[in-house]
Amino acid sequence: MIRYLTKRIILSIVTLLVLITATFLLMQLLPGDPFTGEKVIKPEILENMKEKYGLDKPLYIQYFNYLKNLLHGDLGDSLNFKNRSVNAIISESFKYSFELGLRALIFGIIGGLIIGIIASINRGKFLDSISIFIAVIGVSVPSFIIGAIIQYFLGYMFSAYLKEALGLTYNFFPITGWESFWHKLLPPFALGMSALASISRLMRSSMLEVLGLDYIKTAKAKGLTSKKVIFKHTIRNAIIPVITYLGPLTAMLLTGTFVIEQIFDIPGLGKHFVDSVRTNDYTLLSGLTIFYGAFLISAIVIVDILYGIIDPRIRLDGKKG
Amino acid sequence: MGKRGEYNMDLANFDKITMNLEDKEQILRPSMGYWKDSFRRFKENKIAVVLTIYIIILFFGSILVPVFSSYSISDQELMKQNLSIGEEGHIFGTDGFGRDIFVRVWYGARISLFIAFVAAFVDLIIGVLYGGISGYFGGKVDQIMTRIIDVIQAIPFMIFAILLAAILEPGIFTIIIAYAILGWTNMARQVRGLVLQIKNQEYVLAARVLGANSRRIMYKHIFPNVIGIVVVTMTLTIPSAMFTEAFLSYIGLGVPLPQASWGTLASDAAGTFISYPSQLFIPAIFISLTILSFNLIGDALRDALDPKLRK
Repeated sequence: MIRYLTKRIILSIVTLLVLITATFLLMQLLPGDPFTGEKVIKPEILENMKEKYGLDKPLYIQYFNYLKNLLHGDLGDSLNFKNRSVNAIISESFKYSFELGLRALIFGIIGGLIIGIIASINRGKFLDSISIFIAVIGVSVPSFIIGAIIQYFLGYMFSAYLKEALGLTYNFFPITGWESFWHKLLPPFALGMSALASISRLMRSSMLEVLGLDYIKTAKAKGLTSKKVIFKHTIRNAIIPVITYLGPLTAMLLTGTFVIEQIFDIPGLGKHFVDSVRTNDYTLLSGLTIFYGAFLISAIVIVDILYGIIDPRIRLDGKKG
Repeated sequence: MGKRGEYNMDLANFDKITMNLEDKEQILRPSMGYWKDSFRRFKENKIAVVLTIYIIILFFGSILVPVFSSYSISDQELMKQNLSIGEEGHIFGTDGFGRDIFVRVWYGARISLFIAFVAAFVDLIIGVLYGGISGYFGGKVDQIMTRIIDVIQAIPFMIFAILLAAILEPGIFTIIIAYAILGWTNMARQVRGLVLQIKNQEYVLAARVLGANSRRIMYKHIFPNVIGIVVVTMTLTIPSAMFTEAFLSYIGLGVPLPQASWGTLASDAAGTFISYPSQLFIPAIFISLTILSFNLIGDALRDALDPKLRK
């Protein structure tokens, strides 16, 4: 187990280092520099500005300074927002992205598990076909399209209908924003649909595999109710592949927030990330890249470790390897 | 003999079976090669066949429609803004600049399909070479190459693609380069695993004993066995590349104007979609249907090309 852990952690540190170095080098290739804008700046001022941000030093010194600052958890100042550090921007807006991602994750996991279990119990019947249909749609329709569709039909048409029918003065499903409980229904739904689809697919096939095993036959033969067989014996084992999938899923959902935040106008990190590309704000861009990268890589490692704890068979493998 | 063993057998109740040795040797089913057999199995999946026809239509339409249409993708008729579907000869209506959406959708198909196919091709070349070398040589080489894959795979793809879009001009080649740098790991892994498994089988050993060199073994003995999984992985790379393209275009980092991919069409229409929903829903339907088609065709190919996977 310990060997497995160290291997995983070292690998993720190397990955992070590669990402940081790649980000740093790519930033050097960026067209234009942060001080060229609509205003023409005098050469002397430009020199001073470069000195202030350390851009006048040779590349490798800049790189080591950058690494040193990163080790202190300092991502530098935003070049676009005056006197605001990247850390401040992250701590301000990450909570929105995180909440959105978490809600979508919970929606996806619970919905996916329920649909997958129901489908596997009703294999080949009507409910199974419906679940396969939902899975295929969820995997194939990009989240921004789902977002736009529910904005139109629920946020606009349905809310307009309710306004007329019930005399409401507000939109039942608000189209944009992130304030009340009702604001927080549609975006996680749009984001979580793909997660729901892939989890239900995974859970269904895993359930079917477990249901075909001999010990389930034994459990049935000794007279357990089918409820007990499903809940006590099948789901517990069938859920394991779903847990391995949670790491990549978290990554997928968190990057998915970029576009969902744009659509629903949520002031999260994704919006800053996309905007920083347009405004050439390269400390913000690289800071956010590294922050996202570190977050996603550690999310995957944590899930892997949890997986090792939950399933003893993995631990044994780790000892061998 | 004893009391128990008394049988009353009448030979007239039995026929003697004569076995014709020639009948035994007769082949009842027509003999089929691997591809023919796979094709037969693929044809059994009706949905996949219909979707393949859709993709073929899409492919030729994307080449021909923009050429033969009376509208061009950038012609603006300012008097005919936001026409709805079918109005004044515009089959899908016009957008906010009075451009014909029908032509733009087919042109968008061209860009979207081009990006997807080139990305899949890049995936093919790099992934198969890398995976093949890693699996075939094994040992230290394999270990190092696998570690590199581990690291690359852990880098979040979409974030890197956005970073790349910031550095290069956003456009067709940014997405392709992103795939060339990060997108091939799955293919390499699949190929490596299979090559590792095949190269230890007896018939490869036999070939080696008979004096075949590495190249011959690669081409003649390993490659034909790997090709199935390569085709399937490629078919599944295409929808993921289209997805990436649509995603990047939608957040404004896609192909530049006046070009139009499906993602940019959807993105352009997003601002006014409450008033003109069809402008958004038309490209959205095409994106979804095409991604869906490639996904289902990939699944069908997997079943058809690998008889072992069938249940």
